Amino acid sequence: MSAPALRIVSAGPGTTIQDSGRHGYLRFGVTGAGPMDALAHATANLAVGNAPGASAIEVGLGGLSLAAEDGPVTLAIAGAPFAVALDGQKLETPLVLTLEPGAALSLRPGPAGAWCYVAAAGSFAIAPVLGSTATHTRSGLGGLDGGPLKAGDRLPVGETADLGHTAPSRLIAPWLERSRDVVRVVLGPQDDFFTPEVVERFLTQPWTLSGRSDRMGYLLEGEPLTHAGGFNIVSDGIAHGAIQVPGEGLPIVQMADRAPTGGYPKIATVIGADLGSFAQLRPGAGFRFAAVDIATAVAARQAQAEALARPVERMPLIRTELPSDFLLGLNLVGGVVSATAPAT
Amino acid sequence: MSPSPDTPLPRLLDAGETALVAEFGDQVDPAINDHVLALDAAVTARALPGVRESVPTYRSLMIHYDPLVIDRATLAAEVTALAQAAPAQGRRGALWTIPCCYDAEFGEDIADIAAATGLTPDEVVALHSGARYRLYMYGFAPGFCYLGGLPEAFAKVSRRLKPRPPHPPNVVMMAGGLASIATVSMPTGWFLVGRTPERMFSLTRTPTVLLDVGDELMFEPIDRATFDALEARAAAGEVVARREPQP
Repeated sequence: MSAPALRIVSAGPGTTIQDSGRHGYLRFGVTGAGPMDALAHATANLAVGNAPGASAIEVGLGGLSLAAEDGPVTLAIAGAPFAVALDGQKLETPLVLTLEPGAALSLRPGPAGAWCYVAAAGSFAIAPVLGSTATHTRSGLGGLDGGPLKAGDRLPVGETADLGHTAPSRLIAPWLERSRDVVRVVLGPQDDFFTPEVVERFLTQPWTLSGRSDRMGYLLEGEPLTHAGGFNIVSDGIAHGAIQVPGEGLPIVQMADRAPTGGYPKIATVIGADLGSFAQLRPGAGFRFAAVDIATAVAARQAQAEALARPVERMPLIRTELPSDFLLGLNLVGGVVSATAPAT
Repeated sequence: MSPSPDTPLPRLLDAGETALVAEFGDQVDPAINDHVLALDAAVTARALPGVRESVPTYRSLMIHYDPLVIDRATLAAEVTALAQAAPAQGRRGALWTIPCCYDAEFGEDIADIAAATGLTPDEVVALHSGARYRLYMYGFAPGFCYLGGLPEAFAKVSRRLKPRPPHPPNVVMMAGGLASIATVSMPTGWFLVGRTPERMFSLTRTPTVLLDVGDELMFEPIDRATFDALEARAAAGEVVARREPQP
């Protein structure tokens, strides 16, 4: 019998394999890719005993349906609160569970958030390209064939210590509950292409995420920013989270699939600790920026690293849809009723 | 242009808490690019713990780092010291000859370029293939070459008002006073001049990337039959560009 594997039953657009990203080739024009929400990606991996940057599935708003083949596969699901169903039974995320052959697991977008991660204990046995399995669809690198996952794809699970069967359990990962109202930035490297008044406006006015956003860039809608002088600069490097302001004045935040270099002024850079929560915004969501210094950005990064350094704890999953007769039978419910009901 | 005898110290700019930009200027200039490449070589050789990778561009070096391993002040001091100790030596890169087919099928925009510049199509090809270019940087896409050295006569050729649909692979282009060689098929705002059978980036060949930044290159016009023959050899993994001996 071959090793266990996951079979993709259906996958919406934007569902890809991502590890921590392709490192060392930016200088040749090769995009790093990697997860949109690295904290959620690492949490899912750590919860099933993988290295934090191991290969996992990034599920976008198109959703995903999976099945296990040739043996059970233990999975962790973390990230946006997607609606997860195991054979039709709704489960709360983040969670771990063992998917048995014959069972059907599905993830659909929930009330908020854009990206959810599925990590398998043992990760996936996928050949790396330039040292990484991270999928960059624009250049056709990584994943199974350089593209997004599609129905019929088979993901062989790597070797792992036998974890045994794991009943669905909730992961305790409070660090994934992050504010999406304020996105912290470090100003620069080209904030001097804007007057102080425009920089102030950039920091105080409300912004809305555009529906044209993708893994490469998040486009913002709001009152356009004006450049003090020109807006064409001689190309230079682009950091993850760099906020480019092209001629029309509407900022584009450079995300995981950004090009390594580019030619528009960059007014500010989203700090690493807020990149994941910013990535989880849905088109139409509003937020503001706030400027912080490097020390604050590093401290926030340190706090996230410390949260991930501890084991991810679990608790038995609370069923979310309990039958009403079951609830009525509980003393708790009865007690509440008798406490508020007039005496008879 | 000869490099300055003085070593200019780069301006250090923060691109968030994980990238430091060492900026030597704001122009496309071989002397500025020489300083960038000298610092890139020094930073790479120093191999500081916490420095993940560096990206040389026309005019600056972006150093990606892990601030939980090396703090910003330590990195800035190291970069400044390296810039002082590593003056650009006017390093001379290799010279390459890149075969290029300018036939109308590949040089789709030569007629428009001729119209914009007042040259004949043959003059466009003669001028383009008679110039010596410098590879300033890679960027945008795997192996996408940003070249300087485009003849002044083409300075009027701006960018397309709207990007065109994806171009074929391995095309030679110009826009905004610069030349380029693209690898993978992408939509582009550049104008197409020709197509080379050479792969500037190939995962199935060693080396993956042929040219070092700072190298120079010239385009050699080839006819369609030669293109087809070289294309077949390049597809099989052979290098069809020539590295010229230099005195």
